[in-house]
Amino acid sequence: MKVPSSKLVYSLEMSTAKATTKDSAAKPAAGSKPYPAGLILLAGWMIPGLGHFMQGKWIRAVLLFVSITCMFALGLAMHGKIYSANTGDLLETLGFIGNLGNGILYVLSVFFGWGQNVVQVVTADYGTKFIEVAGLLNFISAVDAHSLRLGRKS
Amino acid sequence: MFTPSHFTAVLLFALFTSVVFGITQRSETRAMIRYGVYCFCLFVLGTIAASWVMWLIKH
Repeated sequence: MKVPSSKLVYSLEMSTAKATTKDSAAKPAAGSKPYPAGLILLAGWMIPGLGHFMQGKWIRAVLLFVSITCMFALGLAMHGKIYSANTGDLLETLGFIGNLGNGILYVLSVFFGWGQNVVQVVTADYGTKFIEVAGLLNFISAVDAHSLRLGRKS
Repeated sequence: MFTPSHFTAVLLFALFTSVVFGITQRSETRAMIRYGVYCFCLFVLGTIAASWVMWLIKH
């Protein structure tokens, strides 16, 4: 099968341009060896903002860390509920997934027994929502750090 | 125990959420700030509007 030479040159140019763009996006800010994208995703999930910090975006990292950690801490201060796995209730499972987004903060809360098991006052209901939303925001933050590493976001 | 009023809880929620939305949903610093402020205003004004709607339904 014959391919017109102009088309061949065009496709080669396109693939080279794409490769160059991807390479330049993957370079870390400091010029050192870049961290693997999976590690950045995992780090961003475990500690809020760490994925951005590993790529030299430390202002964003600090803002994300402060926002998500404060939200989690305020949720605990309002006596919010910490969900556990395998309760058999779908809503509890969804709450658990939301809480799991907090990464190391959730692990610490389970380990030290922070949070309430039963919501008894109105502010505790707010606190439960604060803890859940903090986890969901941390999921978004970790995926954003991953996208930055892969060059999907400038 | 921290017991904020409804409105204080809304303001805190809107503040932290808007910071994360601004950083993650936009690429440039200026656009991040603008989007964060936009989200904050939407959260707060949306809550106030919803509160009035609930008050009207009740009365």
